Amino acid sequence: MASVLRFRKLCYVDSAVKCTSVGYESFDIDEKLDEKEEDVLSANNFALEINKKRKQPKRQPKEWRCLDSCCWIIGYLCTTWWLLLFFYHCLPVTLLRVPELPGPGVRLKREGLTALHPVVLVPGIVTGGLELWEGRPCADGLFRKRLWGGGSFTQIFKRPLCLLEHLSLHYETGLDPQGIRVRAVPGLVGADYFAPGYFVWAVLIENLAKIGYEGKNLHMAAYDWRLSFQNTEIRDHALTRLKSKIELMYISNGYKKVVAVPHSMGVIYFLHFLKWVETPPPMGGGGGPGWCAKHIKAVMNIGPAFLGVPKAVSNLFSAEGKDVSYIRAMAPGVFDSEILGLQTFERVMRMARTWDSIVSLLPKGGEVIWGNMDRSPEEGHVCDFSKKSHSKTSLTTNNVNNSDVKRGFLVKDLANYGRIISFGKPASVLHSSKLPTADSKEFSRTSTSENFNNFSCGEAWTEYDEMSRQSIQNVAADKAYTTTTLIDLLRFVAPKMMRRAEAHFSHGIAENLDDPKYNHYKYWSNPLETKLSDAPDMEIYCMYGVGIPTERSYVYKLSPNSRCKSIPYQIDNSVHGEDGSCLKGGVYFADGDESVPVLSAGFMCAKGWKGRTRFNPSGIATYIREYRHKPPTSLMEGRGIESGSHVDIMGNFALIEDIMRVAAGATGDEIGGDQIHSDIIKMSERINLGI
Amino acid sequence: PLTDPPGVKLRKEGLTVNHPVVFVPGIVTGGLELWEGHQCAEGLFRKRLWGGSFGELYKRPLCWAQHMSLDNETGLDPPGIRVRPVSGLVAADYFAAGYFVWAVLIANLAQIGYEEKTMYMAAYDWRLSFQNTEVRDQTLSRIKSNIELMVATNGGKKVVVIPHSMGVLYFLHFMKWVEAPPPMGGGGGSEWCAKHIKAVMNIGGPFLGVPKSVSGLFSVEARDIAIARTFAPGFLDKDVFGLQTFQHLMRMTRTWDSTMSMIPKGGEIIWGGLDWSPEGSSFSCGAKTLRNNSINNTDQIPNINLANMKNVNYGRIISFGKDVAEAHSSKIERVDLLDSMKADMLANLTNCDIWIEYHDIGDHRIKAVADYKVYTAGSILDLLQFVSPKLMARGGAHFSYGIADNLDDPKYQHYKYWSNPLETKLPDAPDMEIYSMYGVGIPTERAYVYKVTTATDCSIPFQIDTSAEGGSEDSCLKGGVFSADGDETVPVLSAGLMAAKGWRGKTRFNPSGIPTYIREYSHAPPANLLEGRGTQSGAHVDIMGNFALIEDVIRVAAGATGKELGGDHVYSDIFKWAERINLQL
Repeated sequence: MASVLRFRKLCYVDSAVKCTSVGYESFDIDEKLDEKEEDVLSANNFALEINKKRKQPKRQPKEWRCLDSCCWIIGYLCTTWWLLLFFYHCLPVTLLRVPELPGPGVRLKREGLTALHPVVLVPGIVTGGLELWEGRPCADGLFRKRLWGGGSFTQIFKRPLCLLEHLSLHYETGLDPQGIRVRAVPGLVGADYFAPGYFVWAVLIENLAKIGYEGKNLHMAAYDWRLSFQNTEIRDHALTRLKSKIELMYISNGYKKVVAVPHSMGVIYFLHFLKWVETPPPMGGGGGPGWCAKHIKAVMNIGPAFLGVPKAVSNLFSAEGKDVSYIRAMAPGVFDSEILGLQTFERVMRMARTWDSIVSLLPKGGEVIWGNMDRSPEEGHVCDFSKKSHSKTSLTTNNVNNSDVKRGFLVKDLANYGRIISFGKPASVLHSSKLPTADSKEFSRTSTSENFNNFSCGEAWTEYDEMSRQSIQNVAADKAYTTTTLIDLLRFVAPKMMRRAEAHFSHGIAENLDDPKYNHYKYWSNPLETKLSDAPDMEIYCMYGVGIPTERSYVYKLSPNSRCKSIPYQIDNSVHGEDGSCLKGGVYFADGDESVPVLSAGFMCAKGWKGRTRFNPSGIATYIREYRHKPPTSLMEGRGIESGSHVDIMGNFALIEDIMRVAAGATGDEIGGDQIHSDIIKMSERINLGI
Repeated sequence: PLTDPPGVKLRKEGLTVNHPVVFVPGIVTGGLELWEGHQCAEGLFRKRLWGGSFGELYKRPLCWAQHMSLDNETGLDPPGIRVRPVSGLVAADYFAAGYFVWAVLIANLAQIGYEEKTMYMAAYDWRLSFQNTEVRDQTLSRIKSNIELMVATNGGKKVVVIPHSMGVLYFLHFMKWVEAPPPMGGGGGSEWCAKHIKAVMNIGGPFLGVPKSVSGLFSVEARDIAIARTFAPGFLDKDVFGLQTFQHLMRMTRTWDSTMSMIPKGGEIIWGGLDWSPEGSSFSCGAKTLRNNSINNTDQIPNINLANMKNVNYGRIISFGKDVAEAHSSKIERVDLLDSMKADMLANLTNCDIWIEYHDIGDHRIKAVADYKVYTAGSILDLLQFVSPKLMARGGAHFSYGIADNLDDPKYQHYKYWSNPLETKLPDAPDMEIYSMYGVGIPTERAYVYKVTTATDCSIPFQIDTSAEGGSEDSCLKGGVFSADGDETVPVLSAGLMAAKGWRGKTRFNPSGIPTYIREYSHAPPANLLEGRGTQSGAHVDIMGNFALIEDVIRVAAGATGKELGGDHVYSDIFKWAERINLQL
């Protein structure tokens, strides 16, 4: 009824407007508004007359004014809106629903699979929700509201600085700042959707539910991903909770072992947990040596960042990456520079540097794994950003005739992936003998003589502000850094952060794993410095996407503006390689899932833990499951059912099917063993690691 | 000028986190979400069916009712449908947008430093019978494991448990379960409660049942429509289901075993016989309007109204006709129910689209029910048995409503007695404390006047006789309902008796002498709109926002004992009533 009335009113207004336009077109255009209203009124009086006029064939051409168009548009919009609303309410609910693609859950249910092993999901960095428990006055009314993830990021837009302040941790301790308590959102809601419609775990959960999973045998091990892993236990007892939860699920589901499904950083978090749980108290959980063997059937790592991600380097070094930062890499367009004003990068960097967890993602294993100045395990990798051209390798290699490489001997335009940061393109391609060496002693010398010039730069300080101009330039003096020297570099530019974080994380390779020092928790999340637990029946899966160019190393430059409070380095995005080169916008790309390179994700399963090694003394079976990236073919697919990218892979049907089969009782051999598309085996062979 | 919320006030006093806190929500207030459903519920995966906005209830009411129902025979999931409780604090912080349940308490506890690791919401599927929550979801095991975890991670500090409404009975069940040996129990051993629990602070606990549940089961009406509605305000409106609301609702709520946990317990000894009731004439129903924050005028009012209340026979929980309700028992002619039961013939099958058990019983039975005229808390069970045998058979396997003669009888080890405080012993935990905290000063349904409806086959044959009025304004009979003192849902008698008498001191129900404290909160309606649902409310759910109650809870959580809190704090006549009840201790 209301709509009918409204429609009639609309017609009336329309006709009135038409009248004004026909009858009074001779009036001046700049007539005043109130006059216009009078005109409309009088126009109504004359409506009849004018209508008669209109029927006469002799009619002046209409002068369509802006106001009329506006009214028309409004009228049309209103009518359409009302009609749509009307139809929406008339149609049955089910008709309007977009038919969803039947996931593997439905098919596997028909096959007769049912819930067997309880499943524990371990979310990665950034994707978990955080909520406020205590805050400053500026965060009034946000009690138990999400500051991060889940619903809306509206709060970030409303009060960006306040939010940044609350999401930051204490710079010295890496724990809560005074008067602020931000905690992880518990339960499945903690990480099912990152933002409305942007799924993380939701698709997997829904499919698991199809074969009978529910709250009692499906658990999300939410933790505060900003903290270092041991601190999640110290502050929130997150590890103890996870242990108790797994034990409970094991018992209450008829003594069925648990299948753990960690994602991204959750992978190394769970690695840490596996060591923690068997270590005696007070440092560990006191589960005893047989705990993992007793409680865990399989660890199905999705997009594992076992050996770190180069992205973390650029994030810590200059708060940028191919996309602005690591955070932004996983969360689309939240941190736009407009929101935070001019100093976006500085503020984001300041926040990110208080998060210990990012340090856990720095590349591990140094030059042995990631390559030195002149060689890297991936060398020979061919990038093509447009389409596949695997057969054209020869073409691209011949093409290289760049002036920059002139001084070098005849090389293919090899990406020197080993040089994870180089200052200037020459430094990235020249042979190492022609480069000044980056010596860690040099750092220590300069840092002692450094004068702390705390010229007050406002609140958005970073540790760069404490460095002298001279040492900033020293760092950049035409050098290249490998993964090993990189750590020294970071220690130099951000000593406090590294001091704080290195109490929790280590990035080396163990010479002798029986050395008692490796009992310390800082080694637990580094697969190269820990032994896997004694659980020969357990299975470890490395499941990750391949076929997407992934950041691997960077070309840097000094940033031009030298005002204080700015970050002195930035990625030199003017540097491009030739067609087919892996260098683009100052970033060298390698194969991977857009965030984690294949090397980091696959190496442990391909070599480090394969068979009985010193890292895997009980010979836990490992399986590599690679999923080739295929972008969604149609709009219906949303983010794709065959995607291989870091987060979207959680919606990959093949991967979901694998997880479901294992959860329903299958072993790695039954689902097909290894499934490899990349060169991971070849790469691993090139790595000279004593196993 | 709003006063400081208790959390802020107590933080200034220097209180900090001490004991971990466990919340046990009551019936209806916990959220339920869909995990598996029929075609019509497509797209609702992990969406709330119960709680939240109730949007789906309006969009597809029949589908909704179908999914909310349980299996009529087993009381568990119907095939192809899995509806599960929402977990975590979000399960029951708000019942619907803006309608708080636990949220205020949580916010105040957070002020003195509580957070997720020290607060735990023991969410369970409140539709199931208590033991079935363990059978289907292992809920009791989860609660046990979580409490153990919280004690372990908080330096051995015992937990303070705060059950509300039906959660009180649920936790009573839990305390028995956890110490009972497997397979029926949790195998925690006889010292589990003593080791892990500092205090149980029952809020609005229907220890001995609620009369409302009778009318809910009997005819899905009370002053509000359904048992569901009695605990949650106006979401189930008549219009939603069209004309057959009652039948749909009744069919749905009758599949919920939990509603039967709240049938009045203890029979005539507790609730009164045909001619006497413990409350006698001490409550003034009309006084509600006069009562303010001050209580000094309460002693005058009862005298004025005494005349009106002489004939309130609360003991007769259901009477057919007002005259019957008020006449002396010797003047009532009753036809014995059992006789008519024998003469009963098979029901004439009706062809109603909606099945409820009433259609299986014939007209004869219906007439026999009405002929019996008056039912006390004892005979009400026979009545329910009579009109809905299947329902009671299912419920009887999980709940019991009597008084134990000899608590050492091995039969009382069965779980169906665990939620009845009159048929179980409290655990051996002399250091534990039990609080009964509830609102008083609101007229609460206590007994009903019924009539037989003359409508067609497909409707419910009994209805509250809303035309029965008490005459004067202060009468306790209004619209066919006799009211007594209480918190709008639970009468004082049910909420307070155990703490006032049954468990007071060392009794056979409380062999280790666990101290009990009664904390009553006199109801004062919100003074102005700013206060929302009031900071001094005594109503069943709104009391969760009562500042005095919150302060008590926080103090105990921060380490205070019941004595330090001020011991008993009583407005009602509960101790006087308790004396009148002839319960062997």
